[in-house]
Amino acid sequence: MRNASSECAPASGTESFPAIGDYALIGDCGSAALVSKAGSVDWLCLPRFDSPSLFAAILDRERGGCFRVAPVAPFRSRRRYVGETAVLETEFRTDSGVLRLRDCMVAAPERVEVGALWPEHQLLRELQCIEGRVEVEVLCDPRFDYGRRRIRPQVRGELGIFLPDRGDVAVVGSEIPLAVSDGPIRGRSVLHAGDRRFLSLAFDQGEPAVIPPLGDHAARNLEATLDYWRGWSGHCDYEGPHREQVVRSAITLKLMTYAASGAVVAAPTTSLPERIGGVRNWDYRYCWLRDACFTLRALFELGYTEEGTAFFSWLLHTTHHSHARLRVLYDVFGGSAPREHELGGLSGYRGSLPVRVGNAARDQLQLDLYGELIASAFEYVRRGGALGRWSARLLTAVGDRVCELWDRPDRGIWEIRSADRRHTHSVAMCWLALDRLLEMDRVGHLRLSNRRRTRFQQEARRIREAVEAHGWSQRRKCFVDVFDGDQVDSSLLLLALYGFVSPGDPRMRATYERIHEELSRDGLLMRYAHGRDDGLPPGEGTFGVCSFWAAEYLARAGRVDEAESRFEKLCGYGNDLGLFAEEVDPRDGSARGNFPQAFTHVGLIGAALAISEARGARPEAGLAGREERRHAGRMPGAHEADDLHTGPGS
Amino acid sequence: MIDVAAALGWGLLATALLTLVMSASQGLGWSRISLPYMLGTIFSPRRDRALAIGSGLHAVIGLAVAVGYALVFEGWGEAGVVRGAVLGLFHGAFVLVVGMELLPAWHPRMASRHRGPTPTRQLEPPGFLALNYGWATPLVTLLAHVLYGAVLGACYPVGA
Repeated sequence: MRNASSECAPASGTESFPAIGDYALIGDCGSAALVSKAGSVDWLCLPRFDSPSLFAAILDRERGGCFRVAPVAPFRSRRRYVGETAVLETEFRTDSGVLRLRDCMVAAPERVEVGALWPEHQLLRELQCIEGRVEVEVLCDPRFDYGRRRIRPQVRGELGIFLPDRGDVAVVGSEIPLAVSDGPIRGRSVLHAGDRRFLSLAFDQGEPAVIPPLGDHAARNLEATLDYWRGWSGHCDYEGPHREQVVRSAITLKLMTYAASGAVVAAPTTSLPERIGGVRNWDYRYCWLRDACFTLRALFELGYTEEGTAFFSWLLHTTHHSHARLRVLYDVFGGSAPREHELGGLSGYRGSLPVRVGNAARDQLQLDLYGELIASAFEYVRRGGALGRWSARLLTAVGDRVCELWDRPDRGIWEIRSADRRHTHSVAMCWLALDRLLEMDRVGHLRLSNRRRTRFQQEARRIREAVEAHGWSQRRKCFVDVFDGDQVDSSLLLLALYGFVSPGDPRMRATYERIHEELSRDGLLMRYAHGRDDGLPPGEGTFGVCSFWAAEYLARAGRVDEAESRFEKLCGYGNDLGLFAEEVDPRDGSARGNFPQAFTHVGLIGAALAISEARGARPEAGLAGREERRHAGRMPGAHEADDLHTGPGS
Repeated sequence: MIDVAAALGWGLLATALLTLVMSASQGLGWSRISLPYMLGTIFSPRRDRALAIGSGLHAVIGLAVAVGYALVFEGWGEAGVVRGAVLGLFHGAFVLVVGMELLPAWHPRMASRHRGPTPTRQLEPPGFLALNYGWATPLVTLLAHVLYGAVLGACYPVGA
């Protein structure tokens, strides 16, 4: 039994925070909201993922602000997404009746959109009493700018309640009478079986607001949103095992995609801690180049050519802006992510401070990104995409940059905050960049000059020799995390997944066994061993994406039963809706870190695809192996990723 | 006899300045008033199309009103910055007090405080002095129109 009084204000203390895994994600491909099992929207940033929050009760129960709708009486709740959509349905059972709450951010198909005005964003909530009689309480307490500004609501009669903040305006509409006092907007109403009420929060920026009507109009918008998501997920052409988890992961990725540019944010949240009370609290509302290639493959493999092409265009556009000097992360339009700073005034999730905005990793040197970018281009052309002249020139310039940089120490895939090191994975990814460029040159997707071709060949050879000499420990008989080191980390699994070595290579098999022995906790993998100096106090959990890499590795190494068993176990660590955080606490299986995390879902899709391919249910589509590098037919609707000046986000 | 070419030419400059001031106030978060958007949504509900149509229409209105200013200046027999600014002040006040108040009555997509939003009428009405769009809206609107009038007053050649 949950008691409604424990939500948002005025309760306080760490116990009043729902578990991270208790949240569901809804969104409109511009921003996203987290909704608790108790019907409270505890996180919403508008107008885009990395904007300041309007609701941030997930980071501070008293000052963050929330939008809660729930029965007054004690209730039990259960929830699901409506079919293969991003519309959340929560059912509350009380002693007197059953209440159904449907939540979505309106995302209508284009054919519906053209006929009417639409607010930039709309959070729509439908309440329906299913059985008996339920008294409902509404509490809406928007706090702009991460809870730092509380706006006095303006009641404008039939138009609704307006909350203007500088150039922004939020409009609350409700079919339940609401009262405005000095505190939150509140309302109560008794619903009987069959009664239906809508609530809405619309948001506009810089222009007169659009005030969406409720009633039948809201019902049509809800239906249109359901249609949109059904149509979108209907395009998924994956029919292999674990389809439900794969489609849910695809929808979750789509919810973290900024539609206007094609960028995918790492997570829609900031500062959900990797350890309760710890300092590993980061802002993930930006786009990392890391895992670009896996993301692209996931989108293409599932049939989302349009999203894949948009994402690749974003990659090129972003790279073009930084003149082949890649940054670790960018904002959704390919601009610099903000500098990391700490937000005062918020208590943090269960007291986990600091709450951070921006990310300091933006200034790190991480060499693997160059491999990710080139491998993404390779993945794009392998699936029939074509590179134009500007794109080819840009990628070639990236190759030149790799030749200059590959022997420098970097911060590596784990973005360590201590000293730079020669990370085996980073150096191997530099090899991957040059190898894929040479391959694209060989098959005619771009044209290298003889001098440059020779240089790339020589440097690729030198890099491979360096990795095999210094990234391999003769004493431990495995690849190691840093040159001449003696420890393993999970990134070494990627050597096989990207084709630096074959999954069946004895060296890789030995490395997998070391990783499994030293980093595995109940089927889950840590990134690296506890105690390694990463510049932070100890305290991270096991990493979701690494665990899925292990399952993918097993499938690609032909150990399909093991892969499947591991995959199924991992899926059990998702929440009741199939959503995964960045990390899992191995002690109790609870979600840790920002939530949900795109890369974990990309890892899930990759592992499912690998298992499906290994079972023969799908053709081979891995990222490794020269035998796979043949020209595919040009994909329908594929664009030349060349016109950087008119691409998304330009 | 008015000099139409001069009125249109300086009208273009004055309209550009007015638009600049109004847009800057939007960008700085001082006001949400957007005359191009409000005009454009008469013809299209699509935000991008409405802004394109509205911007064009706003420019045309700016030029037409400049001809009206020229007529007044010719009637007075002289122009000048102060006369232009006073005319602009009157013009801005008229827009705020009368124009904004009447807008919901004839704008096909604008809601009104009394009727509330409907599926076709969803645009936020400006309210008295367009204060619904932010407390600085009347000030910015007046400033922009004073500037518009002052430019025309300073540049229009009366009796040329």
